Amino acid sequence: MPFGYVSPEQIMKDKADYARRRITQNARSGVVISCEAGILFVTPNSSRALRKFSELYDRIAFAAVGRYNEFEALRKAGVRYADTTGFQYDRRDVTARGLADWYGQVLGSLFTDSQKPYEVEIVVAQVGRTTADDEIYRITFDGAVADEHDFVVVGGQADRVAAVIKEQYSASMALTAAMNVAVESLAGQGDGAAEPLTSSGLEVALLERDRAHRAFRRITGTRLAELLTEARAGVEPPAGSDAADGAPEPGGAGAEPPGDDAAGPVDAG
Amino acid sequence: MGGFELQGRWQAAAYLAAGSSSFTDFLTMAAPELLPRGQHPSAGEAPDLAHGTTIVAAVCDGGVVMAGDRRATAGNMIAQRDIEKVFRSDEFSCVGISGVAGVGVDLVRLFAVELEHYEKLEGRSLSLEGKANRLAGLVKMNLGGAMQGLVAVPLLAGFDEETGTGRIFSFDVAGGRYEEQRFASIGSGSVFARGSLKKLYRDGMSEADLVLALMQALYDAADDDSATGGPDMSRRIYPVVATVSSDGFHRLTEEEAGGYAETVVTERMQQPDGPAAPLRSGPAKP
Repeated sequence: MPFGYVSPEQIMKDKADYARRRITQNARSGVVISCEAGILFVTPNSSRALRKFSELYDRIAFAAVGRYNEFEALRKAGVRYADTTGFQYDRRDVTARGLADWYGQVLGSLFTDSQKPYEVEIVVAQVGRTTADDEIYRITFDGAVADEHDFVVVGGQADRVAAVIKEQYSASMALTAAMNVAVESLAGQGDGAAEPLTSSGLEVALLERDRAHRAFRRITGTRLAELLTEARAGVEPPAGSDAADGAPEPGGAGAEPPGDDAAGPVDAG
Repeated sequence: MGGFELQGRWQAAAYLAAGSSSFTDFLTMAAPELLPRGQHPSAGEAPDLAHGTTIVAAVCDGGVVMAGDRRATAGNMIAQRDIEKVFRSDEFSCVGISGVAGVGVDLVRLFAVELEHYEKLEGRSLSLEGKANRLAGLVKMNLGGAMQGLVAVPLLAGFDEETGTGRIFSFDVAGGRYEEQRFASIGSGSVFARGSLKKLYRDGMSEADLVLALMQALYDAADDDSATGGPDMSRRIYPVVATVSSDGFHRLTEEEAGGYAETVVTERMQQPDGPAAPLRSGPAKP
């Protein structure tokens, strides 16, 4: 037992400061971006086994940054919640909004009731028939739920990364363009000195809009390398380096190779 | 924990607890009332419930095919003429059910969630044996109901990604799991279907040939078992046919299944008993 009185305000502030600091220091940013082909998830992650993105339900995916053991427990809890709801009612009755609310409640009570808050930031996204129907929710360590549009960035350098995406984002952009924006914004997060992102150091997934039943697919291996090459070729001249320092990039959705390729580089996973 | 908490079934602790990757195990702990259980009020004789009838399955070159007729009976009445008894359980397996339809459909629904749940939590699919064992466990949960007459048993057919072949498993109400070689059938018309398949089945049949053979077998079952329905040409109700191969699960469309049914029915107009098998075996192949 700590000695002496500590006000509730101070306890909450300490907990929030702790969680925020840990996330800023340790969590590399993750990008969730809505595009023509679906909702694209990109983050630097060299692990092939410990994933940050995964399927929750038919058209709903989960993304998280922070402490692996904590968000993995939350991911499994979400799968259990989704499967229970779908089993009890119908598959159509499992929604991203319901899941986001539930995560908000769970994280909220964990924040209030436990000694140490979860050092995580999570996203629940649901792909719709068109980009306008896409739903993206961001839930923070204290249980706050935010309804995001078009794209969202979570993790340490979220504001800086989001600023880059904001300048280049256009509604219903092609998959390759979205990939390019995501990779550029993430390469810039390391304080100006851009680290080149290669396919082996990226975790990429897609909630595929036109796919029936289960829409979540991981993009890995050669498919990912191809997508990365196409993404860079589509916007930059071939000789261009991948040094991206957050400078605005000319050429938006108009400069892409045909959108048919969008659904191509997708790997079953 | 004090203050605000989610109540009952939605309590966070149950969901966050480290547990197994089985959906059934999770429900047993968090929401047992949602599970189909073999605990039924014992009130003498079970009422005339809808019963599903005949399912046939057989291994073909590079996969497996399953087919089921469309009839459900309640006593001597036809309860439904377009019931579906063959289901996709995941990308590489399918399940057919016979017996009390309500129990069977519940079983398949739970089994499908069970497979998907494991896949999502573990990041990999169960092995085909794993699926078969899991299904045997679920069938056994209904043992109490089965003893009271609410019997339903499944037939599992799947593509084994490790061996690259199709495999079939049958089950009994006590949780027995039996791997079947070449072909198998369950349900009231299964005896006739089995006899028919014995004469029509060849090793290494193509998928299309096998679909036709299964269609013949179902026709023969319907011919001699009043609870099995034949192809209903006037209403365009044909058997449900599913194939599972390295390309995954595929259910034949109404047109495709209708085409096979049409072939069989047309031929039977000439030969009501169907194709005749040769009286003597051909020369043994080396």
